[in-house]
Amino acid sequence: MSSETITSSQYIKHHLTNWTYGQHPDGSWGFAHTAEEAAQMGFNAIHVDTMFWSISLGFLFLWLFRKAAKQATTGVPTGVVNFCEWIVEFIDVSVRGSFTAKNNLVAPMALTIFVWIFLMNFMDLIPVDVLPSIAGYIGATFFGVDPHHVYFKVVPTTDPNATFGMALAVYAVVLFYTIKVKGFGGFAAELTMQPFQSKNTIIQLIFIPVNFLLEFVSLIAKPVSLALRLFGNMYAGEMIFILIAIMYSAGWAMGIFGGFLQLGWAIFHILIITLQAFIFMTLTIVYMEMAHHDH
Amino acid sequence: MNINLTIIAQMFTFGFFVWFCMKFVWPPIMNALLERKAIIADGLAAAEKGQHEEELAKKRAVEILKEAKDKAQDIITQADKRASEIVEESKDTARVEAERIVTAANAEIEQETTRAREALRGQVVTLAVQGAGKVLKKEIDAKANEDLLNDLVAQL
Repeated sequence: MSSETITSSQYIKHHLTNWTYGQHPDGSWGFAHTAEEAAQMGFNAIHVDTMFWSISLGFLFLWLFRKAAKQATTGVPTGVVNFCEWIVEFIDVSVRGSFTAKNNLVAPMALTIFVWIFLMNFMDLIPVDVLPSIAGYIGATFFGVDPHHVYFKVVPTTDPNATFGMALAVYAVVLFYTIKVKGFGGFAAELTMQPFQSKNTIIQLIFIPVNFLLEFVSLIAKPVSLALRLFGNMYAGEMIFILIAIMYSAGWAMGIFGGFLQLGWAIFHILIITLQAFIFMTLTIVYMEMAHHDH
Repeated sequence: MNINLTIIAQMFTFGFFVWFCMKFVWPPIMNALLERKAIIADGLAAAEKGQHEEELAKKRAVEILKEAKDKAQDIITQADKRASEIVEESKDTARVEAERIVTAANAEIEQETTRAREALRGQVVTLAVQGAGKVLKKEIDAKANEDLLNDLVAQL
C-alpha cells in the first residue's frame, strides 16, 4: 500500500476501514468504495471482512476441537488431542476456580471465548499489509476494482461490532440466568435494594432511586467495559503495527529500524492477545457466577 | 468503526459457536478426561493395594520360612534321637548275639572235647594193648582178655 500516491494518513485510514456491504443512501445495496460511503450506510451494513475472518477462525476452532473430541479416549493422548485437552483442562480449572454453581453452559462458553478471541487476536501478528495487499491484488485482478478501494481489516477484534456483539451476547446470557436463578423480583431487588439499605421504610424508599442509579450504571458498564477493553487493546496494538509499517516507506535505515520495532512489538503483543482473551473469558465466568449467587 | 448489522451477525455467530462447542466439543473431551482420571485413580489404588499385598505376602513368606526351619530342626532332633536309639538297640542285639555265639561255641567246644576224649580214649586203649602186647611179647589172645580190656577202657 506504500505507493507514492497515498499519504500516511490515507494509508492509516485505509487500514482502519472495513470492507463493508450495505445499503447506499439511495436505497441500493452494494459494497462501499470509500470510508465515507461506508459511514453513510448507517446501520444497514455489514462488515464482510470481520464476518469472514471471525467465522473462518471460529470454524477453525470448532474443527480442531471437534477433531480432538472425536479422537479423545481414555488412553494416552497425542498431538492435537493432547493440545486440545490441555486447553480444555486449563479452561475447566479456571471455571472451577471462580464458578461454583452448576451450569453446563459456562465452561463451553468460556472455551469458545478464550480460543476464538485468541485466534482473532492472533491475526494481529500477521504483518499488517500482507492480507490486505493480497485482497487488493485479487480485487484489482479479478474484479477490476481500484486496489485503493479494497478494504480488508483482518483482525475482527479491532472491529467494535465483533467485541460488542460478543459482549452483548455474553451479557444477554448473564441477564437470562440472573432472572432465571433469582427471579424477576430478585433481579429488581438487586438493582434497587443495595448498596444502601435501611430498616426504615421511608428512608429505604428514598434510597431506591439512588441505588438504581448506581446499580444500573454498573449493570451497563459490565458489557461495555468487556467489549471496550478488548477492542481498545487490539485497536491500539493494530494501530502501532500500522504506524511501524509506515516506516518501511521512509528509506532503508528507517525500514530496518521499523523491522526491529515490529518484531519487538509482535513479541510483546503475544502476551497481550493471550491476556485479553483470558480476561474476557475470566470476566464472563465471574459475571456468570454473580448471576447465580448474591454478591 | 461504524456500528451496524455486523454486531447482530456477530452475536448470532458467537451463539452458534457456543452452542456447537457445548453440544459436540466440550462433553466428549471432558468425559474422556474424567474417565481417564478415574482409570488413573483406580490404577494408583490397585498399585497401592498390590504393594500392600506384596508386603503381607513377604511377611507370610518369612513366617512360613521360620516355621519350616523350626520343623526341620525338630525333625533333625528326632532323627538324631532315633539314630542313637537304634545304635543302642543294635548294641544290645549285638551283645546278645555275641553271647549266644559264645555259648554255642562253648557248647561245641565241649562236644568236641568230649568227642576227642572218646577218640583219645580208644586210641589209648589200642596203644595200651599194643604196648602191653609188645611188653609181654607173648601171644595174648585179645579175645581172651577182652573183658579185662573193656574194664580198663571204662576206667579211663
